[in-house]
Amino acid sequence: MNTSIAQPTTAPQQVKRRGVSKNRGAVIFFITPFAVLFSLFYIIPIFVAIYQSLLTVEREGTFGKPTEVFGGFVQYARVFQDDAFWASILRVAGFGVVQVPIMLGVALLLALLLDSPLVKGKRFFRLAFFAPYAVPGVIAAVMWGFLYSPNLSPFTAVTSEINFLGADLVLWSIANVVTWVFIGYNMIIIYSALLAIPSELYEAARLDGASQARIAWSIKIPLVTPAIILTSIFSIIGTLQLLAEPQVFKSFTSAVTSTYTPNLLIYSTASVPNVNLAAAFSVVLALLTFALSFTVLKLTQRKAD
Amino acid sequence: MSAPTTSAAKSTSVAKRLRGPRESLFSRAGAMLVMAICTFYFLVPIWWLFVAATKDRSDFISSAPLWFADFNLFQNIADLASYRDGLFFQWMLNSVLYAGAGAAIATLFATMTGYALAKYAFRGRETIFNIILGGVLVPATALALPLFLVFSQVGATNTFWSVFLPSLVSPFGVYLARIYASSSVPDELVEAARIDGSGEVRTFFTVSTRLMMPAMVTIFLFQFVTIWNNFFLPLIMLRDEELFPVTLGLYIWNSQVSQIPEIRALVIIGALLSIIPLIIAFLGLQRFWRSGLGTGALK
Repeated sequence: MNTSIAQPTTAPQQVKRRGVSKNRGAVIFFITPFAVLFSLFYIIPIFVAIYQSLLTVEREGTFGKPTEVFGGFVQYARVFQDDAFWASILRVAGFGVVQVPIMLGVALLLALLLDSPLVKGKRFFRLAFFAPYAVPGVIAAVMWGFLYSPNLSPFTAVTSEINFLGADLVLWSIANVVTWVFIGYNMIIIYSALLAIPSELYEAARLDGASQARIAWSIKIPLVTPAIILTSIFSIIGTLQLLAEPQVFKSFTSAVTSTYTPNLLIYSTASVPNVNLAAAFSVVLALLTFALSFTVLKLTQRKAD
Repeated sequence: MSAPTTSAAKSTSVAKRLRGPRESLFSRAGAMLVMAICTFYFLVPIWWLFVAATKDRSDFISSAPLWFADFNLFQNIADLASYRDGLFFQWMLNSVLYAGAGAAIATLFATMTGYALAKYAFRGRETIFNIILGGVLVPATALALPLFLVFSQVGATNTFWSVFLPSLVSPFGVYLARIYASSSVPDELVEAARIDGSGEVRTFFTVSTRLMMPAMVTIFLFQFVTIWNNFFLPLIMLRDEELFPVTLGLYIWNSQVSQIPEIRALVIIGALLSIIPLIIAFLGLQRFWRSGLGTGALK
């Protein structure tokens, strides 16, 4: 089913002309359900969060009744002075700078190997590598939490020597869990893109005596760049939004605090409850995520053109 | 491996010219070694979970962790089913409902919208598409707290709907559907249906959805996994255990292990059972989603 490489047919004139006048009803029918839900659960929440982040709670005296009043950028001033928030941002940034390239590098390598004639038993390997993606982040973290624990782990020889749950290593133990879950997913996306490349493209290179490694480097990787961009953006989003894995690790180790990642901080701030400050954290985090993803998209697109 | 080495030297050289340099034994062995190491890395944790789920509490501590002791899998499942009136299976059912029904409806709505964006020219089309693309870049996790604020305004937190309704929106699904519809639903076919007197909506449901099936399966699976794995939204919305999806339930149990040690066995058997539906979904639908997945990555 390689329909994806079929020639995109440009819309014939008559479709366009009819589309504007006669098909308005159909377009409205097709778009309305999604548009309503998208407005209710994407757009309105964003505005509510922005609104809430501009409020502040005032009390009359220490035990007085709290009232919400408009506070302007008071909450944002707090966000920018909050060391724990910026420490958590720096932590996930460091995490992402190391984890994302390793994960995508291995995913690309495995996709290329699966696509090369070097490997037998492709079906088995494809399923084996993809299987962890069926494990939700929370469950994966619970599982690896057991594997890391000194007394329960099957690898006691290793875990009695190295403290995977200590303050020095726990971030990278979490990185390993995320990598374990998502390599296969990213590999499948890149691999599907590789399968869609017409094999005639390799023939000239083969006649010239190019090795598989050379074909991979000079033909395959440039052609799957869009897939790599897509996986990078999803990975960046995922890194900044880390929550489930560190949340689970909190019950295995005290090294993970309630301000360990931005989302953990948002959750603990909201349950204090200081909803207005939590809303401001959310808005700043969403903007950072959006800006970073958008930048990667624009930079890499320019390069690819 | 199949190239004849002794008799037909001539045909070998032809094959060689066609296939380029034969890959050396060295690079093939290297490739297989990488595959073997990765297989070990990916499968050992799942294997451990499976083995651990078959043990009773004393074997769990005393026996070899990566191999079976007495096979108590069914006893463990029975324990899980009787613990707190089978709360775990209520959670599994909730997850199936949240993810199954949610993903099915989300797929339908996303496909309709993507199709309309691909096949009809109308004013504001690109604006709508760009807003939806922006939605792809705003992660669902970032929306959890804002959604909580919205639902608490209308007093609807801690309800089934507070987790179910937001999961019906899949901006990435719209993006995939649009790309797929523009390349795999020929305008000529839509036009032919029109000439035959078929209405736009009927054409969509009878002709176009068939052509878009690989994309729809992909969108369904994406959304199913997203909802199944969703953790922040239920964590922030739900107080009532009866409404929990399985991920949140197991998380809560796992955080109680230090106070109630015997719950650990239930967490392990529960974790194993909770990944089975996704594995079945992937295996059953793989011939569809593999062809659909490449679509989003190609353009």
